[in-house]
Amino acid sequence: MSERAIRLKVNGREYQRTVEVRKTLADFLREDLELTGTHLGCEHGVCGACTIVMDGEAVRSCLLFAVQADGADLLTVEGLAEGEALHPIQEAFWEHHGLQCGFCTPGFLMTLYCFLRDRPRPSEAEIREALAGNLCRCTGYQNIVLAAKAAAEKLAATGR
Amino acid sequence: MKPPPFEYHAPPSLEEALTLLREHGDEAKALAGGQSLVPLLNFRLARPRHLIDLNRIPSLDYIREDDGALAVGAMTRQRAVERSPLVRERCPLLAEAMPLVGHFQIRNRGTVGGSLAHADPAAELPAVVTALRGALVARRPGGQRVIPAERFFVAYLTTALEPDELLVEARFPAPPPRSGSAFLEVSRRHGDFALVGVAAVVTLDEGGVLTHAALALTGVGPTPVLAEEAARVLVGDRPTPQAFEAAARKVSEGLRPDADLHASAEYRRHVAGVLARRALARAVEQVGGGAR
Ligand SMILES: Cc1cc2nc3c(=O)[nH]c(=O)nc-3n(C[C@H](O)[C@H](O)[C@H](O)COP(=O)(O)OP(=O)(O)OC[C@H]3O[C@@H](n4cnc5c(N)ncnc54)[C@H](O)[C@@H]3O)c2cc1C
Ligand code: FES
Ligand code: FES
Repeated sequence: MSERAIRLKVNGREYQRTVEVRKTLADFLREDLELTGTHLGCEHGVCGACTIVMDGEAVRSCLLFAVQADGADLLTVEGLAEGEALHPIQEAFWEHHGLQCGFCTPGFLMTLYCFLRDRPRPSEAEIREALAGNLCRCTGYQNIVLAAKAAAEKLAATGR
Repeated sequence: MKPPPFEYHAPPSLEEALTLLREHGDEAKALAGGQSLVPLLNFRLARPRHLIDLNRIPSLDYIREDDGALAVGAMTRQRAVERSPLVRERCPLLAEAMPLVGHFQIRNRGTVGGSLAHADPAAELPAVVTALRGALVARRPGGQRVIPAERFFVAYLTTALEPDELLVEARFPAPPPRSGSAFLEVSRRHGDFALVGVAAVVTLDEGGVLTHAALALTGVGPTPVLAEEAARVLVGDRPTPQAFEAAARKVSEGLRPDADLHASAEYRRHVAGVLARRALARAVEQVGGGAR
């Protein structure tokens, strides 16, 4: 069994672990770090549930190996809220019923986190395009798009 | 644990990667963005004994002008190409096709070299480099060769690369003045692999007559398909709707696509013709706008 020692930062906290090289980053986050907010739907890049932010960019954690994140700075859904205060994107999802079962939600939030940073005033068409890589089996997407629009406004208002 | 066991190597230089590849031959696979390879590993459809991760080799990540061509290093992320002003200026066809590859989260990891080496017949980049008559640069320990795009894509998911070779660069030649290009495709949803795609490149002379046309199609054969007969009938003609219509007919007639779950052969042939016609018209419009 092939293993490596890795060191990485997740949600501002440093971790050092030894991992089997074939362990995906998603499984590492969930099993080794017990950060189970990152969900796994398809494990081949299609559903987006496992989306996290790695060194500032949204990526599929099911398509990376944990060893590849050695030295990286990660943000997962657990890192969005500040204590009890939800992140504006989370707030918008809550207020606009952007989720039902919530399985897909972490992926949508992390996707929007990067998208709204890069495009603070998106059109609805741009929002829909940005969310095309995330599947939701419950909401029919309508309220997710509404939540995304509201999130953009909240972020603009708070200057975040 | 989803993927089968493998030994993991993350060489810091191209030379070391090439040495490892030679040492392990058929038992090794290069890992670029992992957006095609890791799904195959997670499903255990691929079982390489050694993975050679190229992500720690910074020298393969660049976009630059070189001898009239746009040279893109194999490990350049697709997202970097999408964001590059140099690509927009020097290779509008590549700039137009890039956002059509998967979703932005996929392009954040996926690389230019990985997409070309994977050689999916539905992929956009192989058609782009084929339509532009570009070339692919391959390296092996102590040697390098430049492979024209028409000879690089050999069969379904198969390229001309030898087991001890790595793709290190893709070269997209700058089209002559008064050229235009367009990439159009039809897919079920945004970001899905397209059913059919068309890359079109045209050049006009001072009098507005077509001196060059190239059409490369995705999703209608085992490799990108150059519609050479259609291009031939265009050259020497004016870019009129009638001329495009005739070329589009040639495109459809010349194709023998396979049917699959997503579309019948007849439908693909039809869509290829329609897209070819529209892509030609759009490419000609781009000529007036200069380098866009
Ligand atoms: C949900 C989803 C949607 C997608 N949609 C599209 C789409 O619409 N269009 C499209 O074109 N692609 C699409 N892709 C594929 C994506 O573009 C991949 O990034 C690309 O096919 C492979 O690039 P990679 O860098 O991820 O390579 P990897 O997956 O790491 O490697 C792919 C193959 O190429 C080999 N390889 C990689 N680099 C080299 C090299 N330098 N030299 C030699 N061999 C090498 C590897 O050994 C492997 O066999 C999609 C992927 C996903 C997950
Ligand atoms: S679990 Fe990673 S994209 Fe579906
Ligand atoms: S809320 Fe249930 S899958 Fe999206």
